[in-house]
Amino acid sequence: MVSPTGILYTTVTGLNGTVSPFPREFPHPTPMATIQPIAENEQHPDVALVARVRGGDISAYDTLVRKYDRQVFRIAQHITQNREDAEDVVQDAFLKAYEKLDQFQGNSKFYTWLVRIAVNESLMRLRKRRTGRMVSIDEDVETEEGSVPRDLADWAPDPEQNYTQAELAEILRKTIQGLPQGFRVVFVLRDVEGLSTEETAETLGLSVPAVKSRLLRARLQLRERLTRYFRRKKAGEK
Amino acid sequence: MTCTEFLAQLDDLIDDVVTTQMRADLQEHLRGCDHCEVTLNTTRKTIQIYRSHEIYELPTGLRERLHKAIMERCKKGC
Repeated sequence: MVSPTGILYTTVTGLNGTVSPFPREFPHPTPMATIQPIAENEQHPDVALVARVRGGDISAYDTLVRKYDRQVFRIAQHITQNREDAEDVVQDAFLKAYEKLDQFQGNSKFYTWLVRIAVNESLMRLRKRRTGRMVSIDEDVETEEGSVPRDLADWAPDPEQNYTQAELAEILRKTIQGLPQGFRVVFVLRDVEGLSTEETAETLGLSVPAVKSRLLRARLQLRERLTRYFRRKKAGEK
Repeated sequence: MTCTEFLAQLDDLIDDVVTTQMRADLQEHLRGCDHCEVTLNTTRKTIQIYRSHEIYELPTGLRERLHKAIMERCKKGC
């Protein structure tokens, strides 16, 4: 259970990046677009930006906003599933982060700290929309472990080519919206936005095994749902 | 190795955090199991598709509104 306010300003320590070279037999998918690992002795560029903001340089905060506003909007949209709410969350999250910057600990990444604020703001926004009912990241997640049914049809080569960009975006939106929220958020933070398993667990107030379990089920469910669109057609099939 | 045991290691395999011995066992299983090979390949593809397509574009004007809100807040004290 996650309180919408209870996980805002804890610190994240000892986290590693999630990108690692894949062996030849298992080629890496498209590299992460957002987060790159930083060597332990190398300072993350956000540290200097945060220091400048603390020193009164508002333009440095503008740089941080432009760097992360897309990610924050995507996360908010995935959780709230409502565009207006997501826009409000972006504004509230960046303002709150600005106001609370003195509470930000230098040993966590600014980005993961910001994401934690955005997730909490998104959950609070959902709660407001649902007339005050508590909303947690655990919602809709079954607790029992079961085997995931598998549609074992292979996909067509480059299945995206069969759809326009707009059609494909609609398929991807519809498919991920169908996942239980607790799975969807884990998949988005871990696989789309590039947080590590440990960072995802910290951000959502979940244990590492819970994140791993949800990630597996999210990936398999998404794969199965996408198979309806991307499956390889049999000879003579339209 | 059974398919269920393979599936339990799927994420670690995709994220490349399996041991050398485990990777060898998984590859051995894959050599004789088309179903798990399809599952591995299409799960990888699923992740790659979601990473590489922007399904929620930043709304027009949001960045400017955000900038304005922050500047307003800054007037009260940066």
